[in-house]
Amino acid sequence: MRLVVVMPFAMLALAGCQREERSLRLDPPVEAGLDEVRVMSNGIGGAPPKVYVALGRPYENNAFDLDQGKRLYDWFGCTGCHAHGGGNTGPAFLDGWWQYGADPVSIFVSIRDGRTAGMPAFGRYLTTEQIWQLTGYVQTIGAYSAKTAAPSRNDEMQSRPSENRAPATLGALQPPSR
Amino acid sequence: MLERDTLQSVFPLGAAAALARRRDQVTSMGELHRHPQVIRFAAKLRGLTLVGVLAASSALAQSDPGAQLSASTSFSALDEIGAGNVQRLTGGPVFATGRFGGQAGAPSAAGDLVYIETGFPNAIFALELAQASPSVAWSYAPEPDGRARGLSCCGRTEFGPVLSGAKLYANTLDGRTVALDRRSGNKFWETKLADLSNGETLASPPVVADGKVLVGNAGDEFGARGWIAALDAESGRILWRQFSTGPDAEIGIGPSFSPFDPRDRGTDRGVATWPPSAWQHGGGSVSGRIIYDPELRLVFHGTGRAAPWDAQERPGANRWTSGLFARDPETGQARWFVAFGARDPYARGGVAQDVLLDAPWKGSARKLLLHPDGNGFLYVVDRVSGEMLAADPFTHTDASPEPAGPGAVAGPVPSPDENVVVRDICPAWSGATGAGSPAFSPRTGLLYLPVSRLCMDFEPRHASYLAGTPFIGANIKVKPPKDGTSGALVAWDVQARKAAWSMNEPFPLAGGVLATAGDLVLYGTLDGMIKARDARDGKLLWSFAATDGIIAQPATFNSSNGHQYLAVMTGLGGGFGIAERNMLDPLDQSAGLGLAAALSRLPTLRERSATLYLFRLP
Repeated sequence: MRLVVVMPFAMLALAGCQREERSLRLDPPVEAGLDEVRVMSNGIGGAPPKVYVALGRPYENNAFDLDQGKRLYDWFGCTGCHAHGGGNTGPAFLDGWWQYGADPVSIFVSIRDGRTAGMPAFGRYLTTEQIWQLTGYVQTIGAYSAKTAAPSRNDEMQSRPSENRAPATLGALQPPSR
Repeated sequence: MLERDTLQSVFPLGAAAALARRRDQVTSMGELHRHPQVIRFAAKLRGLTLVGVLAASSALAQSDPGAQLSASTSFSALDEIGAGNVQRLTGGPVFATGRFGGQAGAPSAAGDLVYIETGFPNAIFALELAQASPSVAWSYAPEPDGRARGLSCCGRTEFGPVLSGAKLYANTLDGRTVALDRRSGNKFWETKLADLSNGETLASPPVVADGKVLVGNAGDEFGARGWIAALDAESGRILWRQFSTGPDAEIGIGPSFSPFDPRDRGTDRGVATWPPSAWQHGGGSVSGRIIYDPELRLVFHGTGRAAPWDAQERPGANRWTSGLFARDPETGQARWFVAFGARDPYARGGVAQDVLLDAPWKGSARKLLLHPDGNGFLYVVDRVSGEMLAADPFTHTDASPEPAGPGAVAGPVPSPDENVVVRDICPAWSGATGAGSPAFSPRTGLLYLPVSRLCMDFEPRHASYLAGTPFIGANIKVKPPKDGTSGALVAWDVQARKAAWSMNEPFPLAGGVLATAGDLVLYGTLDGMIKARDARDGKLLWSFAATDGIIAQPATFNSSNGHQYLAVMTGLGGGFGIAERNMLDPLDQSAGLGLAAALSRLPTLRERSATLYLFRLP
């Protein structure tokens, strides 16, 4: 009887651990496989790498990876153009309005290869895993639905509602005023 | 007869007659003819004779009877529209460019054509005003390089065609300088100057000086190294290029360089005042207007903020950023330099526009340069020697000028620690002024400054330099001041060294100001108002609600039918309009480097379109 009570908590705890599981180094074949996104010819949307799906889409629901993405976002100057999601010379993410698609593949390709309207290609500065971590984090900023994981809190001046209060956008999405 | 013709072509009838009456004060007609670029105005003012030098480009004076708008003083000698009749001003033709986004260039007029250059993607239109609605005589729209859109950042962005002889010169944001035939729009040459892959763009109009076209880059926020280049006006060939940071040989510092501040007289200060190699991506862009003084044969240009904004990463004096150079246009060699912001820890830059003025100073006639700086001080500099004569705050500011005054020695400059928030710094990084040009009226002796009173919370963050990506290193919230409005038009009495009057504005004044001989001060506002105030006391005489916000300087000219037009381009954009242009989300208070939230109360306007409004008397 006691086991029946304890088991669900134990399972919950274990599941929680997995949510924050840290992968310190990817196997090189896995990392190579993670680079193989198949993008639609217009550069927006497409199929994620098979290994990404096989791993259970780790970069979207692992708190450690989201947190790494958040650090990379600051370190690699993303804030210079996109601020903390509100945008600057680059577009906003917070409003949930994605110029080049809201899915991970589109965001991954935007970061890796850049876009013609001014987004530089960061593929030469970041590893494939880092780009995926950044992709996962960027997606949480303008998420349509709440995620099961969130990055840790800001270590800088707070300028917006934090990510764990996602989704940032509630209700039907209005296109930004033009 | 020749003299009379010159006068008639330089001034319309009324102004020419007025000038002729003051013939004794004008040096001589012969000299005026030999140096058509220099037009002298004389006005009796409180017993002092102020002589405003219109360092207009030769084009404006020689061949454009309507466009007396000077590059430096923004004063027009036209007086058909004046304080007495501006209320009767009616909307003339309107021209919609069909484009969306910021329009930060004043129109230019020559003969029966009016020229406008739109914001990015830059296009140039030549309009005929003869008909009831303007018709396009020709247009030029080069294929844009879309990468430039993401590089258009932070502060002053201005485009506008520059007329000289039979040519029209213009810069494009994506790094090109073009020379077109003024009548036909045919391209003479095009030179690619800015390297977008290093974050460089062009954000200000070129200047024609002595057969050369001078162009400066923008891109401090991407760590681009500032430079000014001279092109041959006939062929577009690059004649010289001088940088703002680095070894003396690349800056144009040689035997003829004598800065007034003795601390700047060492060798290779552009390297020694930086951490190793940091000067290679140290900013200091030449993104403000370049001004040519044909009499002294000098060009003056400001240098932008140092990169990154986090001053902890660049210990040292960071020469030659956030200051002002005087250069010989022939070779680009520097003559003198003054620094305005010590290390510029709050990133206000030094590219706000200067005004050249010949005026008495403490009893003797001096050739002055007035520099209203982003840090809130109005600097008065002797433009022959580079001596700093005065530094007076024209609005509330926490900054201290460098040097603190003539002869003062600046102490160590405190700069905020990384990851520490400094709150309520005034003015904000966008500057107390600088997005728009000031105007000086020799009739009132007042300098009209478009002022922003925004303040900020500033947190320096570590920034890593990656070529072509932002190199800012700051987390910023911008907010209105604790008391008072976010903007003001300040009329500064140059002789008395204090504000004569100040008119509050609900939003920062981001566009330039135009002063006219009709004793009017004209400007547009971010919320889409075109306002005319009395130049003497600031009284609001006339206003017009346009359909979009305004960041462009108004222009005035005589059309071919001899009547004065007022022309204003609408189209919100630039640094202050970035929230509107890029559809930012003000939920994030750091969006647009804080400006999106600070200006989120800008009204939603009826139409988002870049439109040229023309006004005239009925």
